[in-house]
Amino acid sequence: MSDMNQQMTARYKNNFLKEIEEQAEMGDWVKMCMQCGVCSGSCPTNFHGGWDHPPQELFMMIRAGKRDEVLSSNSMWQCVSCYNCYVRCPRKVPITHVMHGLAEYAYRLGKAPKGQPTQHLSKTFWDNATKYGRVNEVKLTQSLYFKDGIGSGIKKALEMQSMALGLVKAKRLNPMEAVGGGHKCKDLKGIHAMLAKARELEAKRKGRQPA
Amino acid sequence: MTVATNQTILVVGGGISGMTAALEAAETGKHVVLVEKNPYLGGRTAQLYRYFPKMCHPTCGLEINLRRLKANPRIQVLTMAEVTGISGTKGDYTVNLKTAPRFVNENCTACGECAKAVSGEIDDAFNYKLGKIKVAYLPHAMAYPQRYVLDPAILGTADADKAKAACKYNAIDLEQKEESVSLKAGAIVWATGWQPYNAENITPYRYGEFPNVITNVEFERLADPHGPTGGKILRPSDGKEAKNIAFIQCAGSRDENHLRHCSRFCCMGSLKQTHYVQEKYGDEGKSTIYYIDIRAIDRFEDFYAKVKANPNVSFVKSKVARISEDKDGNPVCWGVNTEGYVRYSNPHDMVVLAVGMEPSVKGVDIPAEVMADSSGFIMADPANAGIFGAGCATNALDVNRAVQSATAAALRAIQVVNKVARAEA
Repeated sequence: MSDMNQQMTARYKNNFLKEIEEQAEMGDWVKMCMQCGVCSGSCPTNFHGGWDHPPQELFMMIRAGKRDEVLSSNSMWQCVSCYNCYVRCPRKVPITHVMHGLAEYAYRLGKAPKGQPTQHLSKTFWDNATKYGRVNEVKLTQSLYFKDGIGSGIKKALEMQSMALGLVKAKRLNPMEAVGGGHKCKDLKGIHAMLAKARELEAKRKGRQPA
Repeated sequence: MTVATNQTILVVGGGISGMTAALEAAETGKHVVLVEKNPYLGGRTAQLYRYFPKMCHPTCGLEINLRRLKANPRIQVLTMAEVTGISGTKGDYTVNLKTAPRFVNENCTACGECAKAVSGEIDDAFNYKLGKIKVAYLPHAMAYPQRYVLDPAILGTADADKAKAACKYNAIDLEQKEESVSLKAGAIVWATGWQPYNAENITPYRYGEFPNVITNVEFERLADPHGPTGGKILRPSDGKEAKNIAFIQCAGSRDENHLRHCSRFCCMGSLKQTHYVQEKYGDEGKSTIYYIDIRAIDRFEDFYAKVKANPNVSFVKSKVARISEDKDGNPVCWGVNTEGYVRYSNPHDMVVLAVGMEPSVKGVDIPAEVMADSSGFIMADPANAGIFGAGCATNALDVNRAVQSATAAALRAIQVVNKVARAEA
């Protein structure tokens, strides 16, 4: 159990709804759900399976205090951010954002399912983008392709070869980015300071130890 | 000629609420002018097949009200009239009205010869445009006043002459023009009712695109023997008997994207309409109600319990997310059932959207300063002075509650004109 998980379990005891309201981004919207099911029914991933729990069920589980089941659910990682649920929700619950908030919180607590591809992408993208303030496409693609080892990475790269060449031709991809750090934003110090400040403010708002 | 003084109560809207307010006030001895936009009284109540919970016919209650009205010399009824302006204050209003020409005068005996003589057709507004009627028409069988109407489209056509020639009573007057009238009134009861929420706005339900997706008010007309199908529940696309019908609750209501409020009558309306399916098709008629929660308000819980016990009616706790259409023209309801979180895609012969009530005052300029709530209903507010809302202009109400609301409004209006009378005595 991670430190933060221990800390939060102790703080909120059996009140998981309150924990989500205070700790997960947009979590205070969960109580607004009236269980109509329009979100789940509107989800484009809906009939392909792969979801442990549709959003309305996840919201009900939060209210029912099913902490472990919710935090280790794969559902919030399946969201494709199409925003169908959000625009159609009769209560205007920002469901897409709540799902992302839940995913992020579960990850921080170390409860998120391990090796989940969306999670891997999010983490890789975040690290890549915050390091130099710009996304390095070559390095991002590399780390995604070679996630499951060298063999599958090479195979994937060869499959996507023509698209990569097209992107290079259209000047959307620069192969030179693979060398050194690639392009950076002008004020690297500034952006790192901004991120640090944001983390500090978030920790203060949520009553956590600064990370 | 309409005679009115500042002791007159003006009632705007001649539906069940307006008729009630007018009658209650007139029966206490007050002078009342009742203004109605349509060529007949009764409003949306006249367009219902049956009432809940007793399953009796609204025509019966309307008939009683019409008898009271005909027996009362203190009510003047103006049909095809609209209020265009209100000036003055409580106890001393001047109201401007605009009356549209009916092209038929008091000589009309409702013999129907004019309608037989003409051939032009227009949309049947009384039947929610589900059918066509002749350009010379009686709005509906029970219409009061029992007089024909000529649609303005008839002017300048051969039908106009045919109608005139067919009339044995010299009742057709093609020279009638729109008129402006100005009246005095001490108090005003605003009872302009409601309109069904425009289902086309709920885009995932494809109303207006899929012919077999209809609204609850249209379903009333399909079930009514005076309706466009003679009371047979037939689906619009191919005239096939619709025996497997889905009802979708909260179609527009309780939805921040559409109507914020609960429209209150639609749960009971759909529960009532399952009786129509049972009545027409017996055990072959199947109804499915898709709902968030059933709001059978107060004493109607028994009615809900009875419908629930009917094996031909099933309940799915889920708001349908979207509707598609299969190759046979069946609407297919898609969603996730909250009981068990099971995904479904169910084909039906027809889908009835239980659309909610939008106040007809919303977006319409009442030509006076009147307070409205966030849904557009008129609020009971002292700032409204001598103008009182009644019935569905004030809230989403069923007929029973609309009548109560109208009686309350009549009492408030009476108090205003009583004060005027005392001051003048």
